[in-house]
Amino acid sequence: MRKTVNQRAWLFVLPVIVLVAFNALLPLMTVVNYSVQETFGNNEFFWAGLTWFEQVIGSERFHDSLIRQMIFTFTILAIEIPLGVVIALAMPRKGFWVSVCLVLMALPLLIPWNVVGAMWNIFALPEIGLMGWGLNALGFDYNYTRQPGAAWFTLILMDVWHWTSLVVLLAYAGLVSIPDAYYQAAKIDGASSWAIFRYIQLPKMKRVLTIAVLLRFMDSFNIYTEPVVLTGGGPGNSTTLLSIDLVKIALGQFDLGPAAAMSLIYFVIILLLSWVFYSLMMRNEED
Amino acid sequence: MAKITLEGMGKSYAPDPDSDPAWALRRLDFEFEDGGAYALLGPSGCGKTTLLNIISGLLDPTAGQVLFDGQDMAGRGPDQRNIAQVFQFPVIYDTMTVRQNLAFPLKNRGVPAAEIEARVAEIAEMTELTGMLDRRASGLTADGKQKISLGRGLVRDDVNVIMFDEPLTVIDPHLKWQLRSKLKELHRRIRRTMIYVTHDQTEALTFADKVVLMKDGEVVQIGTPVDLFERPEHTFVGHFIGSPGMNLLSCGVGNGRAIVGGAEVAVANGEAAANTGGRLELGVRPEFVRFAETGIPVRVSRVMDAGRYRIVETLTEGGEILKLLIDNETGIPSEATHVSFDPANARIYSDGWLAGGSRAA
Amino acid sequence: MKKRGLIPLVYILFLMLPIYWLLNMSFKTTNEILGGLTLWPQTFTIENYVAIFSDATWYMGYVNSLLYVSINTVLSVAVALPAAYAFSRYRFLGDKHVFFWLLTNRMAPAAVFALPFFQLYSAVGLFDTHIAVALAHTLFNIPLAVWILEGFMSGVPKELDETAYIDGHSFWSFFIRIFMPTIAAGIGVAMFFCFMFSWVELLLAKTLTSVEAKPIAAVMTRTASTSGYELGLLAAAGVLTIVPGAFVIYFVRNYIAKGFALGRV
Repeated sequence: MRKTVNQRAWLFVLPVIVLVAFNALLPLMTVVNYSVQETFGNNEFFWAGLTWFEQVIGSERFHDSLIRQMIFTFTILAIEIPLGVVIALAMPRKGFWVSVCLVLMALPLLIPWNVVGAMWNIFALPEIGLMGWGLNALGFDYNYTRQPGAAWFTLILMDVWHWTSLVVLLAYAGLVSIPDAYYQAAKIDGASSWAIFRYIQLPKMKRVLTIAVLLRFMDSFNIYTEPVVLTGGGPGNSTTLLSIDLVKIALGQFDLGPAAAMSLIYFVIILLLSWVFYSLMMRNEED
Repeated sequence: MAKITLEGMGKSYAPDPDSDPAWALRRLDFEFEDGGAYALLGPSGCGKTTLLNIISGLLDPTAGQVLFDGQDMAGRGPDQRNIAQVFQFPVIYDTMTVRQNLAFPLKNRGVPAAEIEARVAEIAEMTELTGMLDRRASGLTADGKQKISLGRGLVRDDVNVIMFDEPLTVIDPHLKWQLRSKLKELHRRIRRTMIYVTHDQTEALTFADKVVLMKDGEVVQIGTPVDLFERPEHTFVGHFIGSPGMNLLSCGVGNGRAIVGGAEVAVANGEAAANTGGRLELGVRPEFVRFAETGIPVRVSRVMDAGRYRIVETLTEGGEILKLLIDNETGIPSEATHVSFDPANARIYSDGWLAGGSRAA
Repeated sequence: MKKRGLIPLVYILFLMLPIYWLLNMSFKTTNEILGGLTLWPQTFTIENYVAIFSDATWYMGYVNSLLYVSINTVLSVAVALPAAYAFSRYRFLGDKHVFFWLLTNRMAPAAVFALPFFQLYSAVGLFDTHIAVALAHTLFNIPLAVWILEGFMSGVPKELDETAYIDGHSFWSFFIRIFMPTIAAGIGVAMFFCFMFSWVELLLAKTLTSVEAKPIAAVMTRTASTSGYELGLLAAAGVLTIVPGAFVIYFVRNYIAKGFALGRV
């Protein structure tokens, strides 16, 4: 779209900037503050420069958490995005069933995250949970409290169950926003279903899919409550993702300095990767 | 290329279409000749888009038939009728280049590459897109994109009819006339049946050989632009076509003439009007009215400057408005005066319909 | 077409299984839940629900949550609409950077904000109010709303705006009567997501409230007592938490399914 230059458009954006900046500035300052200082308690702080950053970047513990986190995030992205799109494509566009589908699909999103974790915790237990019992009855040796592999499987399954609907809702809304005329024109042009998907549906869904990818990427990188309630980071630390590790350091060991530094490093990683994602998906948008 | 016939065709959205008002489109018998340029003209909601969609196959008629070259098209969708359609807003494949857009319909039909190349080049030249063939289609302006839409319709040689659904809606006003003349030129060149839907009379009258004027789901008149202008069959036609529209004055009839404000005025259909009842009106276009010594007495009330001409509003003794369209040289009397006109340009209408016409009451 | 319907069906069945399980748990005692696998409650009990409905702290928790979530949703979408429009139609100094900056506010773990927000909102005297939580949540909901709305607005050609002005509309008349209906799906989705993310957010809501505005999510953590989780109670609370959200999505479903009807303009 040809955008016109209009500096007065700032007025439209001002309320948004004010509200968000009001909330964002203080935490940012606080975190930066802590990350470059050292304390031995009693509210005494000493300048520590980049000590914490070096310590965190060099620590093997951080590397391990980071790798686990990357694996987790990219796995769920690889599952949830295509799955969400496929389901959105298959959903009815008009009629009574649309409401039913939308409401039912939205339900997992509405459950508080601690309840989600608790639900799956019981659901997947071998003795008293339907899924746990079911899998063992089918012949699998499944116990997520003791097997890292099973723990990962359960964690990923829980996330897919919880969040795929977000992708579905976004993709579906994007899909129904495509005017009928495009489908009519494609019919007149003799296009196959695959061609319709590739040349009409997918391009028109690009923006909403970008939002879905970025949202899931960021939220999964920061995920905390559900895995904590499900596995507590275990067995051992096999499912200790970045956020869990961070909280352990900050609250468990009261190492606010390293925790703050870690938060910042973390943030930069997400920022960089998001920027890359965003640029990749949005290239060719400007005329 | 085909002749399209509509036989007794009507469309209703109501589940039980018994009464007249339930019909979105009332019974219609009409033939679009092969290679003709037609316009479906009318105000919003008159049913012209419905009619277009029935012809193209996007909608099914409730009654009657649509025939292409004598073959009933019932049950056949748009892709089976070999039509092309240009929509109100540009419908293009954003991720493809202009060339790929134009080639798309042919590729889907398995046409060999060399032939596609040739056809695309030909159509690009016709629509003046040659210089932009390898640009991304999304980068073109609105009129460029509509040309691509049009091109996709032209590139297939088995197209029976090209339909246009208000295609100039999103075009910049100063480019509209350019695209309009291009369409007219293209039609003369390739001689394919074209049906153009619009609510803008200028577009319709400049493009079409024959205009179908519609109102409230009914066809009011079909004729050449000249017919519609000079011999309107209904007061609606007189009012809708022309700017300003036709003058309408209540009148009586006697001695084969119209009687307006006591004065007898000769008209074209005086005899026919003598035998009709109903509410009578005299219709004459402002272009044909002149100031005179005798005729209908009027008083000048307002003069509006329209650039190349002037519109003078006068009031009859009965208080009705009579407009004249005169050039900038002619003088305008300041006091009470008379107006007259050639009887050939004036007609009497009874309850809206032309007295003595094909649909007279 | 029948074959296609299978996909959503299977997916929904997959979603319903753990929800059935949740319902199941909510009608059991915690002992029964931990005791063994039962597909139906052996001792069907509504004591969990009774506990919730009879305890003022519990149902006030719902009321509080509903209150601040509603304020937040309306506020976020309302300020996001003009901003998204600006991003979609105009170029101005720093536009791309501000747009991306908005999203960066969602990139940090919530834990980072807990202490600073506590200090901030106490300092302005808003501690333990609904407004505080509603405002705090705008940090991540406004960027989300702006991004979603901008995405949908960019699908509407600028020619629509221009045609409306030619037809004589003022800006707001055009925006409210013509533009907003065409992005109905986007507004529906944005509202639902704002509602949802605010509704389930636990950490900040807990941090910023104590008694007056205590949300349901915080009340639920009371179920973690010394003897472990009171699972039955938690499950019942979870079920009840789904209900308002189900209403919201039902309410916006028409907007989501409506889609884009340019041809009727």
